[in-house]
Amino acid sequence: MNRREFLTSASATAAAAGAAVTAPAVFSPAKAQARNETLLIVSESGPNNLDIHGVGTNVPGYEASWNCYDRLITHPMKEVNGTPYYDKDKFEGELAEDMNIGDMSVTFKLKKDATFQDGTPVTAKDVKWSLDRSVSVGGFPTFQMKAGSLEKPEQFVVVDDRTIRVDFIRKDRLTIPDLAVIVPCVINSELVKKNATAQDPWGLEYTKQNTAGSGAYKVTKWTPGTEVIFERYDNWKGGPLPKIKRVIWRMVPSAGNRRALLERGDADISYDLPNKDFMELKSNPKLNIISTPYSNGVQYIGMNVTRPPFNNPKVRQAMAYAVPYQKIMDAVMFGLAKPMFGASPESKTEVAWPQPTKYNTDLAKAKALLAEAGYPDGFETTISFDLGFAGVNEPLCILLQESLAQIGIKTTINKIPGANWRTELNKKELPLFTNVFSGWLDYPEYFFFWCYHGSNSVFNTMSYQSAAMDTFIDGARTAAAGGDKAAYDTDVRGMVDLAFADAPRLPLFQPYVNVAMQKNVTGYEYWFHRRLDYRALQKG
Amino acid sequence: MLKLIGSRLATAIPSLIGVVIVTFLLTRVLPGDTAAYFAGPAATPQAIAEIRTKLGLDKPLPTQFVDYVSALSKGDLGTSLSTGQSVAHEIATRLPASAELTLCGLIFALLIAVPFGIAAAVKQGSWIDHACRLITTAGVSLPVFFTGLLLVYLFYFRLGWAPAPLGRLDVFFSAPETVTGFYLIDSLLAGDLETFRAAAAQLVVPTLTLAIFALAPIARITRASMLHVLSSEFIRTARASGLTSKTVILTYAFRNAMLPVVTTLGMVFSFLLGANVLVEKVFAWPGIGSYAVEALITSDFAPVQGFVLAMAILYVALNLIIDLAYGIIDPRARSEA
Repeated sequence: MNRREFLTSASATAAAAGAAVTAPAVFSPAKAQARNETLLIVSESGPNNLDIHGVGTNVPGYEASWNCYDRLITHPMKEVNGTPYYDKDKFEGELAEDMNIGDMSVTFKLKKDATFQDGTPVTAKDVKWSLDRSVSVGGFPTFQMKAGSLEKPEQFVVVDDRTIRVDFIRKDRLTIPDLAVIVPCVINSELVKKNATAQDPWGLEYTKQNTAGSGAYKVTKWTPGTEVIFERYDNWKGGPLPKIKRVIWRMVPSAGNRRALLERGDADISYDLPNKDFMELKSNPKLNIISTPYSNGVQYIGMNVTRPPFNNPKVRQAMAYAVPYQKIMDAVMFGLAKPMFGASPESKTEVAWPQPTKYNTDLAKAKALLAEAGYPDGFETTISFDLGFAGVNEPLCILLQESLAQIGIKTTINKIPGANWRTELNKKELPLFTNVFSGWLDYPEYFFFWCYHGSNSVFNTMSYQSAAMDTFIDGARTAAAGGDKAAYDTDVRGMVDLAFADAPRLPLFQPYVNVAMQKNVTGYEYWFHRRLDYRALQKG
Repeated sequence: MLKLIGSRLATAIPSLIGVVIVTFLLTRVLPGDTAAYFAGPAATPQAIAEIRTKLGLDKPLPTQFVDYVSALSKGDLGTSLSTGQSVAHEIATRLPASAELTLCGLIFALLIAVPFGIAAAVKQGSWIDHACRLITTAGVSLPVFFTGLLLVYLFYFRLGWAPAPLGRLDVFFSAPETVTGFYLIDSLLAGDLETFRAAAAQLVVPTLTLAIFALAPIARITRASMLHVLSSEFIRTARASGLTSKTVILTYAFRNAMLPVVTTLGMVFSFLLGANVLVEKVFAWPGIGSYAVEALITSDFAPVQGFVLAMAILYVALNLIIDLAYGIIDPRARSEA
């Protein structure tokens, strides 16, 4: 009996037992009161650094940064399928009360009474120091800032104590959205400078362990790998005072136990359970499950186009017809993903990304295309995947292997441990692989620039080179910056069509962010970073 | 006695030096690229290079080794990248968690396994002997994560007797002030009975899980060793002299049968301490085993080196204690040393 079967039987018997299962007597009455204002989150892994500017901060660390620091601006919410979803086209002030966009600069006026968690007021000096820091520390934060053409400290100018101007080095439609991502957070510069050293002028060692922001929460206790405790900052000015006073985030490595904790009502929220568990939990009346597609994210099959056999577009198209799309949706994702295949042949290409291809599983067509390409008897190759996400990747690759075998393509599966995956991907030598890419900034040209452009970024995992594609992508970027809607639409349609026809990578599906919570927990919001925003959550 | 301790420690030094060199080299030949891993999903080659420089991984191996050894001599085991904490601090906080759990499991296993083994040997071929065989076989063949999950399912999910499997303490308790790092002891020292009860409650199910696993080798060795001793001549003599069977078994036979049991005990303890990763995972226990495995998966060198070194030191200490225990149990072992 494996864990899955165990859990199936667990939930079945639990349903049968029904009311026989009483609440555990873990909490004394005094503690029950505390529990109403406390949120218990369980997840597989926790942060390794509380500061997103740190060296190698992992994704859970982004969640700490998001909730403990403020940005100048943020996105308001809109409703998508009944769930609050960030509105990528709109901005509102978080620390700024006013934003004034000029031709080659943007000016922010800070909120008058905003203070850091130690009581000192937030000034334009702090904002400049923080933005300087994000473009100077190197690594991921600097890279993310560059994506919005925010590159040099000289771009950030203190006008007066409460006014800061950001100068543009070039027109780029991503500059303003890039100021609302997690990285450009505002840090208490005096406090951090006090704790900086000569070797560490930006005080990264201090902010790794301590939060020094003006955000709605502060970390009061952090035991790496075990738990993080957040307390509300009652004087927060970034928005309405959050309802939850205390957030306890516990790391529970066993997915089975996370599910048990949810079903028993001990944990309030969990969000990284296997798809199968989420699907089964949907029928649990005590829990609320919210699934939202990753914004600007696609799981795909990539092919190295620099070498035979995948340098031949016919072979790639044959592959596109050989992928068992629907089986993957059913048996791997349990329906918890948005299909990115099988659009009707008459449908027109939209100015949007992601959007489904017109490919469907058609082995006869695949075999014919393969013969046309000069491989009537198929060939041998390897399929590689990241073991860090084996829950999805492994069954997906096995289904693909099975399907390819039917058109004569013999494959061996190459499992690569999480630590090596990126190294292997960067070498750009894997012939056939599956991977996910998702961008924080939700714009088609942003996705295509990283994944298809001839500048061959890390994410152009196929080493795809096409002059026509580059023209479309560069054209779309220029058109977006200049506000030329007609040219932009043509270019986006052009790049999507070319990407589908040339098929260097085969989109499979848009994965979902799945969050399971108790019925009394409300206020979940979907954000581009896909982590939890504690500020809107409430209990009761 | 002091001479024995001294000579034992002296022989341990070369092996510790060996451990330092071998773990350093082994972690460096691991295929993963630490810098690429920690540069994040959106890293450019330049960003990866910057991180590599920051971590000192761009220096030649001998230089890295000298850096490592000189830091080590100052008691600095380096910093873990995946948790962001100093390795020495992490090991100091996690080792007691593992040790507390392992000791509880081992004591529990001993209390059951030793009497069971003795009874099985004395009444060889009886139902108790068969029961012993059955239980020990089941104990070794059921993987700990399975027994762990099964017990959680039964005692937490179905019956609601056990607290939520959320590590060493329930979320609404705070840890007692650290003296030994063992929550049971620390909470008693602080006079906080409520925390003691909470910590003990969290310990019950994982202890049971470990005990089921540790029971098997101890019971089997006790049985085998007792059988061997019971068939020897001095036992026959003792019986012939009319001593009660209680005196014969406990005073004469068991004391002589204890040496192999103690040896096994030492092995089981050190094995469990490093290898109860799965139990730690199931119960979200902040122990040292899961720490080392996670570090290994992310190519995080410093914790792996620190873990191996800590384990090596522990083995040396444990073997020393066992050697000393030999001398107490059997004076002949003392004179031979």
